[in-house]
Amino acid sequence: MSSQTMDGRAVERGAIATLVHGVRMTPEFREGLVVTLLLALVATGGRIVVPVAVQQTIDHGLNRPGSPDLGLVRLACGLAALAVFVTAGANYLMNVRLYRTTESGLAALRVRAFRRVHDLSVLHQAAERRGSLVSRVTSDVDTMSTFMQWGGLLVLVSVAQVLLTTLVMLAWSWQLTLLVYICFLPLVLAIRVFQRALQSAYKIVRERIGELLGAVAESVVGAPVIRAYGVQARTAERIDGAVARTMQAQTQAQKIAATTFSFGELTAAVANGAVIVVGVLLGVDGHITTGELVGFLFLVTLFVQPVQVATEVLNEAQNAVAGMRRVLGILDTPTDVADPGDDGAVLPSGPIGVRFEHVSFAYPGGPVVLHDVDLEIAPQSRVAIVGETGSGKTTFAKLLTRLMDPTRGRVLLSGVPLDTIRFSSLRTRVVMVPQDGFLFDSTVVANVRYGRPDSTNDEITLAFAELGLADWLEQLPEGLQTKVGERGESLSVGERQLVAVARAYIADPDLLVLDEATSAVDPATEVRLNRALDSLTRGRTTIAIAHRLSTAEAADEVLVVDAGVVVQRGSHADLVGTDGVYARLHASWMSQSR
Amino acid sequence: MTAPVTAGVIRRGMGILWIAVKEQPKVFAVSAVGSALFGLMTIAQAYVFGRITERVIVPSIRDGHARTGYLVAAFCAVLIVAILKVVGIIARRLGAGVMQYRLQATYRRRVTRRYLELPLAWHQEHPTGELLSNANSDVEATWYPIAPFPFAVGVLFMLVVTLGLLFVTDPVLAFVGSIVFPAIAVLTVYYSRRMSPLMTEAQELRGEVSAIAHESFDGALVVKTLGREGDETARFRAKSLELRDTMVAVGRVRGLFDPLMEALPVLGVLVVLLVGTSRVGSGDIDSGQLVRVAYLFTLLAFPVRALGWVLNELPRSVVGWDRVQRVLTATGAHTFGDSRITDGGPTGLSVEAVCFTYGEARVLHEVAFDVTPGRTVALVGPTGSGKSTLASLLVRLIDPSTGAVHYDDLDVRELAPGALAEVASLVPQQTFLFDDTVRGNVTLGAEFADDDVWAALRIAQAERFVTALPDGLDTVVGERGTTLSGGQRQRLALARAVVRRPRLLVLDDATSSVDPSVEQRILAGLRDSDMASTVVVVAYRRATIALADEVVFLDDGRVTARGTHAELLQTSDGYRDLVTAYERAEAERAAVQVEDDVEDVVA
Repeated sequence: MSSQTMDGRAVERGAIATLVHGVRMTPEFREGLVVTLLLALVATGGRIVVPVAVQQTIDHGLNRPGSPDLGLVRLACGLAALAVFVTAGANYLMNVRLYRTTESGLAALRVRAFRRVHDLSVLHQAAERRGSLVSRVTSDVDTMSTFMQWGGLLVLVSVAQVLLTTLVMLAWSWQLTLLVYICFLPLVLAIRVFQRALQSAYKIVRERIGELLGAVAESVVGAPVIRAYGVQARTAERIDGAVARTMQAQTQAQKIAATTFSFGELTAAVANGAVIVVGVLLGVDGHITTGELVGFLFLVTLFVQPVQVATEVLNEAQNAVAGMRRVLGILDTPTDVADPGDDGAVLPSGPIGVRFEHVSFAYPGGPVVLHDVDLEIAPQSRVAIVGETGSGKTTFAKLLTRLMDPTRGRVLLSGVPLDTIRFSSLRTRVVMVPQDGFLFDSTVVANVRYGRPDSTNDEITLAFAELGLADWLEQLPEGLQTKVGERGESLSVGERQLVAVARAYIADPDLLVLDEATSAVDPATEVRLNRALDSLTRGRTTIAIAHRLSTAEAADEVLVVDAGVVVQRGSHADLVGTDGVYARLHASWMSQSR
Repeated sequence: MTAPVTAGVIRRGMGILWIAVKEQPKVFAVSAVGSALFGLMTIAQAYVFGRITERVIVPSIRDGHARTGYLVAAFCAVLIVAILKVVGIIARRLGAGVMQYRLQATYRRRVTRRYLELPLAWHQEHPTGELLSNANSDVEATWYPIAPFPFAVGVLFMLVVTLGLLFVTDPVLAFVGSIVFPAIAVLTVYYSRRMSPLMTEAQELRGEVSAIAHESFDGALVVKTLGREGDETARFRAKSLELRDTMVAVGRVRGLFDPLMEALPVLGVLVVLLVGTSRVGSGDIDSGQLVRVAYLFTLLAFPVRALGWVLNELPRSVVGWDRVQRVLTATGAHTFGDSRITDGGPTGLSVEAVCFTYGEARVLHEVAFDVTPGRTVALVGPTGSGKSTLASLLVRLIDPSTGAVHYDDLDVRELAPGALAEVASLVPQQTFLFDDTVRGNVTLGAEFADDDVWAALRIAQAERFVTALPDGLDTVVGERGTTLSGGQRQRLALARAVVRRPRLLVLDDATSSVDPSVEQRILAGLRDSDMASTVVVVAYRRATIALADEVVFLDDGRVTARGTHAELLQTSDGYRDLVTAYERAEAERAAVQVEDDVEDVVA
C-alpha cells in the first residue's frame, strides 16, 4: 500500500517536471553547465568541416578554369585540419566535464536515496520488496548515468549538428534545404510511432527479464526445498519458460529497432536522389555550383544520423526518467518516523522508565492491532510480555523503541515524549534484539562490534563469557574470527541469535527490548543466557517478548496481551493462580515443556 | 580479476566467438552475409555517387543542360543501392540479435540446469549473489561481443574490398589515405588496453555497491535498532565515490578516444583532397574519382568502429565465460543409482558411522543410529551440535564425508533421481515459499486433489488462516504475494510435506515460530492421522520429545546417548541438563524465593 504512495507522488509529474525536480534535488548537475554546452557547440562544428572542404576543393580548386589552384586547396585543407583539432579538443573537454558532473551528481543522489531508505519507517521498508529498494540506488541510477553520458550528449550534439548543417545548407541553396526537410518529414513524424513501439517492446523485455531473474533466484534460494521435494524438473520448466519468453521479447524489440534504422537509411537515399535530380536542375539554371551540390550530398549523411539515433535516445530518455522517478519516489517519501535531530531532547541518564498513554495502533488501512494501552513500567524492572501470535506483542515493542509511532496516544521514556528524543540518544540507550538474528557477512567479532564500534576484542570475548557463551565461542572453528556467511547463514539459526544478543549486550543500553530473541536456542543455553542477562542487566530496564514462558516465570512482572489489549498484569506467581489468559497459556506451556 | 586486452585475452575472446559461430552457424551465416552485403553496398554507394558526380552533375552543370534519362537513372541507382543496403542491415541486425539472444538463452538454461544438478554443499559454498549473476550478467557479458560481431566481420570484408578498389583507382591516393586505417587500429588497441581494466573495475564496483545496498537493506531493522544509519551511509558513500572516480577515469579515456576516432577519418579525407587535387592537376585521376575516394572515407569512418566494439567487449566476455564455465564444469554432483522404493508403508532408517566435515570443521563424528519403520525418533542437542546438518543428510541434501544413510536396506545414494523425494520429506527450519499460490506451494506442481490439500492444511493447522485469505488456495504468497507471518509460513511448509504422505518425515525444528498451543494441535494431528510414517524430529520442546519412541542425543557432533526419554533422563547428564533446564530454573527461583521468605520471616 505504501509502495503505491512511494511511487504515486512521483508519477504525477510529467517527464520534464521529473527532470527539473531531479536537477533541483541534485545541485551537482548544474555546476559549469553553460561551459559544457558551449563546448558541445564547438565540438559539433568539426563535423561540417568535410562537406565544406569538399565544396571548396571542387569549386575553387578543381573546377577553376585551367589547372587546379593548389594554394587555395592547401589553405582550405589546412584551415579544416585546424578546425578538426580545435573541435577534437573541445570534444575532449566537454566529455570530461560531462562525466565529472554527472557522476558526482549521481553519486550524491545515490547516497541520499540510500540514506533515505534507512530513514524510512519500518512500515515503508517492509512494504517494498528488498530487490526494488536495492535497484533504486543501483540500476535506476546507472540508467540515468548511461543516458546522461550517452543519450544526453547525443541529444546536445545532434541538435547542434542539425542546426549547423541547416545553416550551411541554407547558405548554398534554400530550395535544396527545403527539399531535404520535406524528405525527412515522414521520418520525423514516424519517429514517435517507432519510438512508442520500441518503448513498449523494451518494457516487455524488462518485465520478462524480471520474471527470469525471479525464476533463477528461486532455483538458487530455494535450493534445499527443490532438492528435498525432488521438483527439479518443475523448476527447470519454469526457468525454461521464462528464458524462452525473454528471448521472444528481445527478438521482437530487435525487429522494431532494425525496421526503424532501415527507414532512416531509405529516407536518406530518397533525399540524396532528390537532391541530385533537383540539384542538377537548379545547377543547370545556375542556382548552385557543382561543389555545393556535392557538398550537399555529404551534408545529408549528417542529417540522417541524428534522426536515426533519436528513437534510441528517446527510449533511453524515457528509461532514465522512469529511473529518476523511482529514485525521487524514495526521496519524496516523507520520513514518517523522523529523527528530531539536534533540536531533539536527550534521554536523562540513569535507568529508563516507560509510560504508555492511551496508545492505540493500526497499520495504514488495516484494523487496530493495539487498543488504548495505558500503563507504566518502572525503571530497572524486568518485564515479560506474553500472548498468542498476532496478539500485538511485537507491535508493543516496535512502539516502545520508536520503530513506529502510535496512531493515537503517546509513549514517554523517563518522562520525555518518545518522538522528541533525538535518535543519537535514543538508539544508544534503547536497544531491541529482533527475533530474526540478522548478521552481516563478516566475522563473529565484527558483528558484535556493530553494537558498539569502539569495543575491543577482549571486551567482546568477555561479553560472551559473561553471557555464559564462552563454551559455545570456543567450539567455533576460528573463535571470534569465525566467518558467519551471508545473513549469518553459516551459523545455525540459534547461533545467529546468540551473536545478536551479544551485539545488543555490548551496546550496553539502559533499556533492552528482546523480541523472542532466543526462540531457536536450546533450553539449557537459553536459561543460562537469561540468567546471565538477569544479573548483568540489573540496574537497567529489560522488556522481553517471549512465547517460551520460562522467560515470564523469571520476570518481575508479566504483561499479558490478548487481541491488542493488555488483559492481565502481575507477577508470574499471582497470574498463574488466577483464572485467565495467562493461566491458560501457562498450562499449555507446562504440558509441552514438562 | 581485471583482464587487460592482451594478446592472450584477444585469442581467448576469439575462441569464444568461434564457439558462438559453431553453436549458431545458420544465424551467424545470415547475419555475416547481411553484413557483407551492407559493406558492399556502402562501397557501391560511394561508387555510385562518384559516377553521378562525374557523369551527371559535372557535365550537366558545365553544359547548362540536364538529360532526364540520366537523372532518372541516377535516382534509381541511389535508391536500389539503398534498398540492398537496408536488406543487409536487417539481415545483420536481426541475425546478430537472434544469435545473441539464442546464445544467452542456451547458456542460461545450461547454467540453471547445472544449479539444479549440483549438490547443496556446492550451493552453500557460493554466495547467492554470485550464483544469480552467473546466470544473468555473466551469461550476458559472455555474449555481448556477438551484437557487433557480424558487423565487424562485414567491415573486415568491406575494408579488403575498399583497399583493393582504392589501389585500382589510384595507388598513390590509396596509399596516402589508408594510413588512416593503421592509425585507427593502433588507437583502438590502445583504447582497449586502457579501457578494459577500468570497465572491469567499474563493473566490480557496481557489484560491490549493490552488495552493500542489499545487505544493508536486508539488515535494515538491525541498523535502525542500533542507530547505525550514519555508519551504513558512510560505508555506502565510500564505495559510491570509488565508483564515481572510476567512471570519471572512464570518461577521461573515452572522452579522448571518441573525438580522435571522429577526427582521424576527417583528417584522412583532408589529406586525400590535398593530394588528390594535385593528382587531378597532373591528370592522373579525374574529379569523379577524387570525390569517390573522399566519400568512401567518410562512409568507412563509422563502420570501422565496429571492430573496436568487438575488441572492447572481449575482456568482459572472457571474464564472463570463465565464470560461466566454473558453474558448467563444477564437479561434485550427486551420483544416483537406479533403485526405487516401491512397497508402501513406513521406511526403516539407519545411519551408519556418518562423518561430515564442513571446511576445516568436523560437524558430525561417527554418528550412527537406526529407526524401526513407523517409529518416531527425536534428535535433541544443544545449539550448534549438528542437528540440522544431520537432518539434511537424512534426506540426502548433502552426502556424508564418510559413512552412509540407508532406507530399509538401501543406501540412499543408490536411489534413482527423484526416487528419494517420493519416499522422504524434510520440513526445514527456515521456510522457503515460492512465488506461487498456496496450492502451488503445497503441491509443488504434483497432482493432488484439493481435498487432499485441505486435509494436509488441516493437519498443519493452516486451514483456518488459508480460508481467511482473499483467494483461499489461489492466494499468491511468496515475496510478491500476500505477506504471511513466520508461523503461517512454517505451517504451509509442513502441509507441503504432509500432503505427500511421506514414508519418512524429517522435521527440523519445523514449528519454532508456532505458538505452543498450535504446535500441540499439529503434533496431535500428525499422530492421529492415518499417515504411516517413520518420523525424525529435531526438537527442544518436551511435548514434542514426548511423542518420540526414542531420543538420540547429539552433543558436539557425536551421539552421546540413545534411549527413551525416561532412560536418558537417568543416564545422560547433558540431556538432563538440556530438557530440564526450565524446571531447574524454576526450582532455583523457588529456592531463592524461600530463602528470601525465610530471611523476611527471620527479619
